[in-house]
Amino acid sequence: MESIGVLLMCPMYSYLEQELQSRFNLFKLWQQPPSKIPEFLKSNQRTIKAVVSNARVGADAQLIDSLPNLEIVASFSVGFDKIDLKRCEEKGIRVTNTPDVLTDDVADLGIALILAVLRKICPCDGFVRSGKWKDGDFGLSTKQFSSKPVGIVGLGRIGSAIAKRAQAFGCSISYHSRTQKPLKHYKYYDNIVDLAKNCSILVVACSLTDETRHIVNREVIDALGPRGILINVGRGAHVDEPELVSALLEGRLAGAGLDVYEDEPEVPDPLLRLDNVLLLPHVGSDTVETCNSMADLVLANLEAHFNSRPLPTPVI
Amino acid sequence: MAVTGTNQSPPALSATAHDGDDSLPVVLIHRFPTFTGSLFPSLPTHFRLLDLLTTDASNLQSASAILCVGPPPPVTPEFLDRFPSLKIVVCSSVGVDHVDLPECRQRGIVVTNAGSAFAEDVADYAVALLIDVLRRVSAADRYVRAGSWPVKGDYPLGSKVSGKRVGILGLGRIGSAIATRLAAFGCQIRYSSRKEKPSLPFPFYKTALDLAANSDVLIACCALTDETFHVINGEVMTVLGKQGVIINVGRGSLVDEKELVEFLLRGDLGGAGLDVFEDEPHVPKELFALDNVVLSPHSAVVTPESIGTLQDVVIGNLKAFFAGQPLISPVID
Repeated sequence: MESIGVLLMCPMYSYLEQELQSRFNLFKLWQQPPSKIPEFLKSNQRTIKAVVSNARVGADAQLIDSLPNLEIVASFSVGFDKIDLKRCEEKGIRVTNTPDVLTDDVADLGIALILAVLRKICPCDGFVRSGKWKDGDFGLSTKQFSSKPVGIVGLGRIGSAIAKRAQAFGCSISYHSRTQKPLKHYKYYDNIVDLAKNCSILVVACSLTDETRHIVNREVIDALGPRGILINVGRGAHVDEPELVSALLEGRLAGAGLDVYEDEPEVPDPLLRLDNVLLLPHVGSDTVETCNSMADLVLANLEAHFNSRPLPTPVI
Repeated sequence: MAVTGTNQSPPALSATAHDGDDSLPVVLIHRFPTFTGSLFPSLPTHFRLLDLLTTDASNLQSASAILCVGPPPPVTPEFLDRFPSLKIVVCSSVGVDHVDLPECRQRGIVVTNAGSAFAEDVADYAVALLIDVLRRVSAADRYVRAGSWPVKGDYPLGSKVSGKRVGILGLGRIGSAIATRLAAFGCQIRYSSRKEKPSLPFPFYKTALDLAANSDVLIACCALTDETFHVINGEVMTVLGKQGVIINVGRGSLVDEKELVEFLLRGDLGGAGLDVFEDEPHVPKELFALDNVVLSPHSAVVTPESIGTLQDVVIGNLKAFFAGQPLISPVID
């Protein structure tokens, strides 16, 4: 298989990189100066049969078109919003992702974001580290999580895992989803504004599509209200970021916990000074255990494809 | 710290005891002179509150009830000697390690604590600290705020929470609430406690050492007693291992703090989340530079909901006492 060219879109995970290096003819896109990329792709277009992408760098139409022998795009992520699925489908290119193995990590982080925002864990930690505790108590009142109403946008694998955890804290669960799920003891709302009106913690955990772009807009933020908090473990583009920022600055929203942003790794400057927000650098599935599992899944998909076996986790 | 008279009068409590309604039962307020926070707002409706630090000595003879407020002030034999008619000490904390319980028992004085007023909030906080340490939440937030993400790239990987073996030291109200929460994360719960609880589905270990040998994480949420002083010591930390994480939402002295710092600095422990310390508000400075440590200024109980419930428990205990009815949360030694 050493002759099969695999294009790695950006640095992702050293174990994955090493394995790809040993099993395939690995090309690292980021090692090319941007101006040389078209030339680089042209000279290697016969060899490159696979692309490994992730949540940040995908495979757009331009890239796909410049690789005429491309057979498979394997994403080191569960989201595939940065892959031009339509173009892949037109050209018969397979696309795979990494569902399930990262569900727990993302759900764990979702709860961490809620707790950290409500209970002001990071400001508390900063308070102690600055030496201020000796001069007086922390003072700022924190808010209880247990028993609060939680609203989840998207009740897929990750949304369900978040719901299960929140229930253990005594929280009531409501959700908005493309379709109502028959089994759960969760209240369904067929529109996100009603969901926001009826919860105090709104969690975004759906996939990014044309329909869900900016699904959290001004109207939803207003419905969530000045005592509500927004948690985003989906994609930055789920939220109208400038609206979110002004809502937080103006006190129209009580707080936010964000792992994703519209233009990563850029985080809106005003947020950096607020103590009622938690800002994480897209670490949703960033544990050693999960990255190993994700990498193994990417490799399994590639191996299966090039050995003409059924793909473990195909998107198309 | 003895509560003795000084030449200057101590600062007054902000919603202060007042020599108000004579018909109401008298409750003496016991506090550290440095604590001047407001009292429970509904208390004066039901009781005549007298601040021990400022009231006339003559009031101490007949008083039957004392309420401890703020950071728990010591209740020693010498202290108890001043109140010949004392029958109840009402604490506004869960921990009663500041009270000489055998002495109270001998004198026929009953002690009540905060009961389950805080259980959920403390449990929530313990879970928050655990996820934070394993997933480096606070450290990653600092990373973003420092502007490091665009410059230094992705933040280093953390460790998965789900599936970890979590050893809970003390399976009372708080420990049970922690167990319920973490079980939903797919964590494998096991515990050590004074007595085994066969009705619970979790493996029981007789000692903290055995618990540590079978856990990836230890959560300390038991009462501080002579037996549990430094229950998490160097030996336990060694057995817990280099990836081990310690969470303390009980009392600082459950953990040998000096050892803990050394283990962390040597890299012989994976991390720690601490809401309590052996000598609050002093925190070992060596911990400030560590990203695998999360520090908190004894805040696990501070939510409006907890404080409200606490007020209900305090008033409930006092009312029951004066009416000769069963107490809500007596401490049974």
